[in-house]
Amino acid sequence: MSKEKEISKEEIVSGIVSEHKETSGPLLIILHEIQKALKFIPPETVPLIAEGLNLSRAEVHGVISFYHFFRSAPPGRHTIQICRAESCQAMGSRQLEQHAKQSLGIDFHQTTADEQITLEPVYCLGNCACSPAIRVGDDIHAHVGPAAFDAILADLATEKVEVQN
Amino acid sequence: MAGNVKVFVPRDTTACSLGANQVAAKLQQHFSVQSLNYEVIRNGSRGLYWLEPLIEIAAADERVAFGPIGLADIDDFIAGKCWEIDKSHPKYLGPTEEIPYLKQQQRLTFARVGLSESLSIADYQNHSGFTGLKKALAMTPQDLVTEVKESGLRGRGGAAFPTGIKWQTVLDNEADQKYIVCNADEGDSGTYSDRMLMESDPYCLIEGMTIAARAVGAEKGYIYLRDEYPLAHAILEEAIETARDENFLGSNILDSGASFDIEIRLGAGAYICGEETSMLESLEGKRGEVRPKPPLPAIEGLFGKPTVINNVISLAAVPGIIAEGAASYHNYGIDRSRGTLPFQLAGNIKQAGLVEIPFGATLRDMLYEYGGGSRSGRPLKAVQVGGPLGAYLSESQWDTPLDYEAFVAIDGMLGHGGIVAFDDSVDMSEQARFSMEFCAIESCGKCTPCRIGSVRGVEVIDLIREGENSGENKELLLELCDTMVAGSLCAMGGLTPFPVRSALKHFAEDFEQG
Ligand SMILES: Cc1cc2nc3c(=O)[nH]c(=O)nc-3n(C[C@H](O)[C@H](O)[C@H](O)COP(=O)(O)O)c2cc1C
Ligand code: SF4
Ligand code: FES
Repeated sequence: MSKEKEISKEEIVSGIVSEHKETSGPLLIILHEIQKALKFIPPETVPLIAEGLNLSRAEVHGVISFYHFFRSAPPGRHTIQICRAESCQAMGSRQLEQHAKQSLGIDFHQTTADEQITLEPVYCLGNCACSPAIRVGDDIHAHVGPAAFDAILADLATEKVEVQN
Repeated sequence: MAGNVKVFVPRDTTACSLGANQVAAKLQQHFSVQSLNYEVIRNGSRGLYWLEPLIEIAAADERVAFGPIGLADIDDFIAGKCWEIDKSHPKYLGPTEEIPYLKQQQRLTFARVGLSESLSIADYQNHSGFTGLKKALAMTPQDLVTEVKESGLRGRGGAAFPTGIKWQTVLDNEADQKYIVCNADEGDSGTYSDRMLMESDPYCLIEGMTIAARAVGAEKGYIYLRDEYPLAHAILEEAIETARDENFLGSNILDSGASFDIEIRLGAGAYICGEETSMLESLEGKRGEVRPKPPLPAIEGLFGKPTVINNVISLAAVPGIIAEGAASYHNYGIDRSRGTLPFQLAGNIKQAGLVEIPFGATLRDMLYEYGGGSRSGRPLKAVQVGGPLGAYLSESQWDTPLDYEAFVAIDGMLGHGGIVAFDDSVDMSEQARFSMEFCAIESCGKCTPCRIGSVRGVEVIDLIREGENSGENKELLLELCDTMVAGSLCAMGGLTPFPVRSALKHFAEDFEQG
């Protein structure tokens, strides 16, 4: 990472902090905004957040680490969440999980070496009527068996953009 | 656009996960290229999910359905000009309201869901939306609370606490500021009724929250929405804005002098934040650690102020109760379970979907009459009702009436109404292991029996599954369960033992090796 990029990261974070600091109980909102902008919450920006909100660094770190959603390292280009909860288990999500880990060569919370895919577990996507479910970005997919998973991966690899309405 | 025939293609997470967006786009494109007088409307889902994407056509005097019309079927649908209503088409389902799955339900809370474009505030009002609010603005707060009490409505988020009594406490507590918090964390596996309601009838939730605010004297509301629901988020944001523009939210609502506004706050993937005090911590921007009770949130809740915390479905039931009167709701149901519950069929089930019926039917009715048996075609073996903290029920228990107390009597719970079916390929010791694992992952860490007990639980079940000192380890597991039940601050640690014990008790053979 170039130095320039580091500086702009901090500017982004400062901007977000000052935009929301007057809101009541703003820390989660701020963390969401930072992650939306940068895809993760750079550890070196924690002091900035803490200072802006009059919290200790430990408090900010404690909140980041409490929530599964917040990440402290950059994810791959795409994040795939595989539902591990019961309804999806009943329709074969355990096999799907194995298949996904094997074909990507990574475990949950890891990113492929080519930095394309980050794999995360999720506990229910509210798509339980059509389990197993996965989420890629903001798209949720139904009835995802190993073959459907491979097809989704292939689409991501070729950057085939889905017809969006 | 008068004279246009309406073609409905749902905009709902599950319908979209089955290709509804692409289907709608293709239809729209075809109609515009051919200059046909058909209009594609993105309605909510009817909740007949095995038929999604369900396309409906509003013809002269009936509304008929075709489904499922996914990506594999849409070209044929277009080639066959199905919008001219070819009744011989294999995907033709007849008039939507006559489909038995839907016709047999009593949709009170879900009365409007799927009927029209979710974000059309005009359609909402054409389907008696805001009738309850208008009535509420002319009633006294106490009369509103009394009406909700008399309806018999109990919290639909899981704990089934009487909603009117909770509201009374908040009303009776004088404060300079009070809050309405809508629990839209819907973390339970097998549940999606909150999501559906928010995506398909968002104004109903807004109306329910506004009535609650009027009843207890609150001017600010929060919807704590899980991050896993991006579409519900987008739809709710837009609905809140529109409601504000039309003066159903904001200051001096409909010239009544009352003010109320709603803000959405996103969760961040923590199941425990569905527990109400953990949610309050999270809303305050902190770690979602459970608070000891007392104080009750109704007395000292968000930012220390009296706070109503209700589930989406509890709040969405309110407009109907106020508009139609408490008796109209109370007349449904049995014993102390009054009204209806929107059940959600999930897992290995052929006809998964939303089934809103009065309390009192049996689980077996749900599984076979509505559900149509397993999706895989194999025999059903176990059913988990009420989310990850609910017991696994074996066939001998499926005649239990769907009623809060009847389920407690068999060590189960109805919870938020999720019903997850498993066929006979399930290994129940693996399910028990997952219950403990889930508790270990999601524990807020505040108390030892939950935090450590769940980790121990996974280890002990692993030993049992490996056949090591099986008898002793089963005893150890049961003791561990007792410790968690007795020593946990909240229901996360306190109820995790229920699915574990039920698996051990009713499916003992799955814990034997060889
Ligand atoms: C671990 C745990 C998770 C919970 N998750 C939810 C949830 O996702 N949604 C919900 O409405 N209630 C949930 N609850 C219940 C809430 O604590 C609370 O009872 C409910 O929001 C009150 O609203 P109601 O009375 O309208 O049901 C959960 C409780 C526990 C112990
Ligand atoms: S039981 Fe578990 S989740 Fe509940 S307060 Fe204790 S540690 Fe936290
Ligand atoms: S359990 Fe997987 S989507 Fe609900």
